[in-house]
Parts: sequence; structure tokens; C-alpha cells
Amino acid sequence: MTQTAPEIERKLAIVVERMPAFPKSVQKILEITKNINCTPRELVGIIEKDPVITLKVLRVVNSAQLSLPNKITSINQSVVYLGVNTIKNLALSIAAIGILSSTNAAGFDIQRYLMHSLTTAAFARQLCTVYAAGEADPGDCYIAGLLHDFGKIVFAQFMPEQFRQVLARSAETRLPSHHAEQELIGADHTVVGAMLADKWQFPPALVDSIRSHHSPAAPAAAMNDCLRMADLISRQLGNGDTEPPYREGETPINPERFGTDLDRVVAALGDRDKMIAEALSFTQAGMSR
Amino acid sequence: MKVRFWGVRGSIPSPGPKTIRYGGNTTCIEVRSDAGELIILDGGTGIFALAQSLLAELPISATVFITHTHWDHIQGLPFFTPLYIPGNSLRLCGAHDVVTGTGIEQVMSVQLQYSYFPVREAEMHARIEYQTLRVGATVAVGDARVTNTILNHPVINLGYRIDCNGKSVFFTGDHEPYFNIYEPGDEDYAEYQTLIEGKQRTIDEAVAGCDVLIADCSFTTAEYPAKRGWGHGTFAASIELARRCGVKQLVCTHHEPTRSDDELERIFAEALAQCRLGPADPSVILAREGLEIAI
Repeated sequence: MTQTAPEIERKLAIVVERMPAFPKSVQKILEITKNINCTPRELVGIIEKDPVITLKVLRVVNSAQLSLPNKITSINQSVVYLGVNTIKNLALSIAAIGILSSTNAAGFDIQRYLMHSLTTAAFARQLCTVYAAGEADPGDCYIAGLLHDFGKIVFAQFMPEQFRQVLARSAETRLPSHHAEQELIGADHTVVGAMLADKWQFPPALVDSIRSHHSPAAPAAAMNDCLRMADLISRQLGNGDTEPPYREGETPINPERFGTDLDRVVAALGDRDKMIAEALSFTQAGMSR
Repeated sequence: MKVRFWGVRGSIPSPGPKTIRYGGNTTCIEVRSDAGELIILDGGTGIFALAQSLLAELPISATVFITHTHWDHIQGLPFFTPLYIPGNSLRLCGAHDVVTGTGIEQVMSVQLQYSYFPVREAEMHARIEYQTLRVGATVAVGDARVTNTILNHPVINLGYRIDCNGKSVFFTGDHEPYFNIYEPGDEDYAEYQTLIEGKQRTIDEAVAGCDVLIADCSFTTAEYPAKRGWGHGTFAASIELARRCGVKQLVCTHHEPTRSDDELERIFAEALAQCRLGPADPSVILAREGLEIAI
């Protein structure tokens, strides 16, 4: 990469600015906001399932111009601070951009990406409740799961040709795509995701967990641990997006927190079929072809 | 400090025989610090009468704090006569608008579009300065300090606390007490409750110990359920806030435009009776145009 970091940051920010949201959320937002009495919780439920809208709302609410006294880490918190009408208007202006197409020049499967993000988010929240209660906020862990791979969708939009090669290379080598990203692009999706989150002044714990979710050497922290374990379980259950499925013998994630028996951790998730079904119902509807 | 009310009506000006005692102009409050610094809270249509009164003391230097940019709080600004007279200076302070991504300067430019108003900003000869406020920031105005707090309304609404030599007044602008958007039993109910309780504590701290609280009391308790989410308060909620925060005097404002003077007095009396105010409670009065309070 010959461009300087601020130039790249600026260009990436513009890409995200123009990036449309997912079909189901755009359709639902347009539908429910026709009714002046649409319920706030319905709106929050939709925004929280869309990484693009969530990212953009958090960007606005954490912006330097507003400089709220606290960092905002959830859509519910955004509603408390800015009011539901403002959040509704932000969501509508994002919905007005259009619908993220399921096909792109990179050949990146948007639907699988969303499925992986949503299951990772739901698992991370539940893992936090069981294994990290009081150390991290379950809602924050959900957001970390939802946004952890955002860098990939930025690559697909920003540099589709290189990302196409990345996907081909990782399919060939059966290695996680961040290896090929580093090799062919010079930076991986964790760096790009963290760069954006940092530029937009997201809470440091969220930036760190996005940055380090593929770094086994990263220091153990509650949110990092929950995100990495959720990511792993999502892959194990076959929702791994571009990453290869979980293999026996992978570096275990903080055994002090989770123990060494992965099956027990999966069991602790509770009704995971319900979480998967919810994610599936959101990803499948209305995909444009 | 001195506080004088120039506009007490919500939503739309409502002049006429039925509103003659309390007045029909929309929100505008003049505050004078001990040293005579001029602070104006909101620029609703009441600001025009204030402007006329200021013509006797030109040149003026005024600091206007806009709670939020809905029409009834800004519509009088282009009619603030001192803006057209060289030698005057005006500092306009308000919040960043997250939906348009613009600062408080848009409050004037939006209104001065040629199709809607014949004069351009360049033709206003006073010195005009815009200051987009950081949430929670304190602005010094001579011997007074003005601190904002983000409240709850469909657009960002800043409440302002003015402190001067140990005396204080807080104006909410438009504010609806927080309510939980989830039902008890919903997964997110408890989390949301914690969030709004935390936010309410911040507001209580900002209002704590004020001599005068000027608060949005648009609705009665009976009217409120049909208006939930509109961003306005009730008499009962404002009285409760004043009690909780040890306020000495509560001034109820933002009267509904359809409310006649007689009706306003009737519902006010009912609200007071329902709240059973005791001797230790704040005094509670209705805002009316021309009301002046010395603190």
C-alpha cells in the first residue's frame, strides 16, 4: 500500500458512507416507519441485526462534533441519548441509499457474511452472560460480534479485484482469509475494521476486540475472549463465512475462562438453534440477485 | 439574576382573546446576570417583542442559547431587530445536528433561504458568531456560566443551567421524561431501565439545587398516554423532578396552543391538587408573557 494511513482512512470512510444496508433491514425500516406510531423496540430490533446501519449509527452518536460524555456502545444507548426519532431518521437516510447487492465483483457472499456476523454476535452475548458476567457488557459483546468482520465487506466494496484473489487464495490454501489478505492486500480485515472503529472513536475495548480477533497472542480480555470463542463456535457450527471450519487442535481460547472442553462451552450457549434460526430468517429474506 | 418571559407557548403562536393573559408567542426567555449580561434562551416568536425593548439600549451584546431547532424555538431569530444594526453583536449557541451533520449555524441559514425570507445573512450588519456546543460543556457569559445537558426530545435538545454568584436557573427546553421502550419481561427491559435511570441521574445532577426550574409542562397526566413519544413533559413529572432535585421554584411553560387561559388555569389547579404540595415543596407557577422573576 503506497498511500498514507490518513488517506486510506479517509477513502475507507467514504466507502462506508456510501455503503447501502442489508435488504431485510432496509425493507423493514421502510415498512415500519410508514406508521408514525411504530414502536421503538421494533426499530432497535431491526437496526441491531444490520452491521452497516449499526456501524453508521454508532459513528454518528460517538462523533467528535457531538462529544457525548460517555462512549456509546449499543443501539439502545443511542436511543436513550439521541431519542428514537433521531435514530429513526438516521436509519431512514441509510435505507434511502439502497440495498446491498448479494453479488459483487469480489464474489464475496454477503449473505454468508451476515449469517456469520449475526451468529457470532448472538453467541458472544450469551458467552459474556455465562463466562464473563460483570467483566464485560453482554450488549457490547453482541456489537463486537456483529462488527468484527466489517473489514471484509469494506474490502469487497473498496478493492473487489484484490479481494477476489484473496478469496481464491484462501480457498486454495484452506487457511483463514486474513493470511491471504495480508499477503495480497498488505493489511487484513481486522486492521481495516479497527481503523474505522478507531477513526470514529468507538469505545477502545470494541476497537481492540475487532483488531485482535485473529491474534492468539493478544492479551486476554473479557470482550476479546467472548468474541473469539463466539467466532470459533460459529465456524464449528458451519457458519464460518470465508474462514475454514473449526479443526481439532486449534489454539484453545483462554482455557482459564472457558475450560478445555469446547462441547461444554457450546452447550452453555443454551438454545443455539433458536439463535441460528433468527439469524437465518433475517439473512434470507429479500436478497436481491 | 433576573428572568423575564417573552414567549411561553408551544408549537405555534396562538394569539387571540382566549390566550391574552398568558400570551400566544412561542418560547423566548431573557435572563440578565447580576452584572447585566444579556442571555436569551430560545428564539421563538417572543424574541421580537424582546428585540423591540432592546432598541432603547443599543448597542447590545447578546448570547442566545438554542435548546433545539424546532420552529417554535427559532422562528423569531430573523426578526431579532438588533441583527440589522451595526455595532451589535450576537453569539448563537446550540447543539450539533446529527441527522444533517451540521452545526448550529444552520439555524439561521435554513431560515434565510431566499424563497422563505427576503434578507440574506450578509445583509445583517451586527457581528454574528456561532458556537456549536459540546454536550456537557460550560460557556462563560460575563459573570454567568451556562452549562448544557442533553435531554429527551425528537431532535437533540439541550437543557441549560445558568449559574451566577451562587444563584441558578435551569431551562429544559422541550423534554419528555424517559420511558422504557420494552415491556417488562422483554429481554432488553432491564438493560434499558438501567440506561434510562443512569441518564436521569445525570439530569437530576444538572438540575440539583436550582433556584428556578423552567420546565416543559405541555400535558396533563390524563392527556399524556396519547402523546407518549412526542417529546414533551407533564405537570406531574416536572413537579416530581423539581421536588427530587430540591428546586425552590418551578415555572411551568410550553403551554399547548389550543389551551385557553381559563382551561390552562383549570388544569394547572387540578395538577397542583393531585400532587399535594406540602410546605417543604417547591412553589409552582405558570409561565406567562411578561412574568419577571428576580433570583
